[in-house]
Amino acid sequence: MRAYWELMKSSFRRHSTYRLAAFAGAFTNSVFGLIRASLLLSAIATAGGSIGGYSPVEAATYVWLGQALLGPIGLFGSAELSRRVKSGDVTVDLLRSVNLIGSYWAQDLGRAVFDFLPRGVPPLVVGALVTGLSLPTSFGPYALGFLSILAAISLTFMGFFIMNLLSFWVVEIRGFWMLYMVLMNLLSGFLVPVSWFPGWLADFARATPFPSMLQTPVDILAGRVDGGESVLLVAIQLLWLAALLAVAHFMVRFGSRKLVIQGG
Amino acid sequence: MAERTVSNRALLKLLVSARLRSQVAFRGSFASDVVGQMVLGLTEFVELYAIVNNIPSFGGMTFAQTLLVFGLASVSFAVADLLMGETDSMAETIRTGKLEVLLIRPIPVLLQLVTSDFQLRRAGRAIFAVLALTVALVITDIEWNAATILLIIITPVAGAMIFCALFLGAGAMQFWLLDGRQFASAFTYGGRYVATMPGAALFLPMQVFFTFVIPATLVAYAPSLIILGLDGPAGIPAWTGWLGVPAALILSGLMLLFWRSAIKKYTGAGG
Repeated sequence: MRAYWELMKSSFRRHSTYRLAAFAGAFTNSVFGLIRASLLLSAIATAGGSIGGYSPVEAATYVWLGQALLGPIGLFGSAELSRRVKSGDVTVDLLRSVNLIGSYWAQDLGRAVFDFLPRGVPPLVVGALVTGLSLPTSFGPYALGFLSILAAISLTFMGFFIMNLLSFWVVEIRGFWMLYMVLMNLLSGFLVPVSWFPGWLADFARATPFPSMLQTPVDILAGRVDGGESVLLVAIQLLWLAALLAVAHFMVRFGSRKLVIQGG
Repeated sequence: MAERTVSNRALLKLLVSARLRSQVAFRGSFASDVVGQMVLGLTEFVELYAIVNNIPSFGGMTFAQTLLVFGLASVSFAVADLLMGETDSMAETIRTGKLEVLLIRPIPVLLQLVTSDFQLRRAGRAIFAVLALTVALVITDIEWNAATILLIIITPVAGAMIFCALFLGAGAMQFWLLDGRQFASAFTYGGRYVATMPGAALFLPMQVFFTFVIPATLVAYAPSLIILGLDGPAGIPAWTGWLGVPAALILSGLMLLFWRSAIKKYTGAGG
């Protein structure tokens, strides 16, 4: 356990070096937040008050929470492992006495912990000033929301890690990566809330792990769901996490037998 | 002098053809790349559709009309992405020393970036964009006259130039802000996002900003107002539909100057 803790800490330090990058990310997330909030608010005004159960201020809150969480949750992923497979550096990873998945997972958590403040707070401040936010006043949603964010970070990491692991079998994963990322961005409810989708698409999204990666923590933090329903949603997140972890585990097990390091 | 031009062209041709052949060498990877790009275009459309399917009109436009804006903007962006998308990762090019290689060749760096890094896979995005535009032109009610035909022809050209200029500015900016490349995304990808949506749906200050500072609404929305015979919102009056070409020329000129000063500023690390 100690090794993973150290990996997490060093990853935190590594990311804290690039402060300008974090600031630039927060700036861009805030600009996108302004664009997205104005589009959704305009649509709601035309609809006459609410769409998919979202009032104007709730839709704005949904946008700003999403823009704040996209950095920490890591919705655009990291292709580091696949780059290391290409360069052959992955041999070093596989020779280490720590678990491959665990070490990358710990590093991603370290990154997320750093991203939390510099990338999470500015969009929320901009949102509070421009459109206002509707946040719950009791303690419960924040506590469960914290757990839900942790699960979402891990789940998002695991999904991208599985895509990375494909590089044990194929030379170039860029196409698969792109395919996965755009589907995930859409179905996670990051672009538009899942309840706004046409029925068939909403049903399809809910049958995938993607809403658990963003829509769930946002809904819990905004107080849109509470009590038993929010606990159930977190349980679903954990189930998906277990499922993806199992897939990743089997891929590492069979993939590392198949893996050929070129010119090492 | 004439001889030199010929040899430069030959060199350029060699670089481009080598690049193109290398891209399609791994057929499976290339196919998955193209499909990935097409699905990217598709999800951008679904994102718009997920909003519009809830309401009769969005920003004063029917679904078919928003599709025209989406189609025009997507074609423009896809072409610019195909030509200049590489400048988006200028920080990487500088950091890895790849820029030095480009600088020692007797061809302008920009021309090399456009031609030698011509990413064929990005054509996938263009295919979907053209498809969306074609459908939009068929299903929207357009009064065909000289003005609308002229606008439909010049709009994607001006739009592509505007996005090329934004990409160029994003690339130049990274000479100063290596780690801050995400700043530029607010204007390149943010500009694409704004361009594909009806401008009237934006907050008023953003309408003005994305029309007169970063001319994103001039890419598709403003010309569409004239093509469809609609009145614009307060921040984007319909006459701005004719500003696409002048805006593209001015922005390109400014960004080319910015790019030149960036290249001049560059000092190698002795790689």
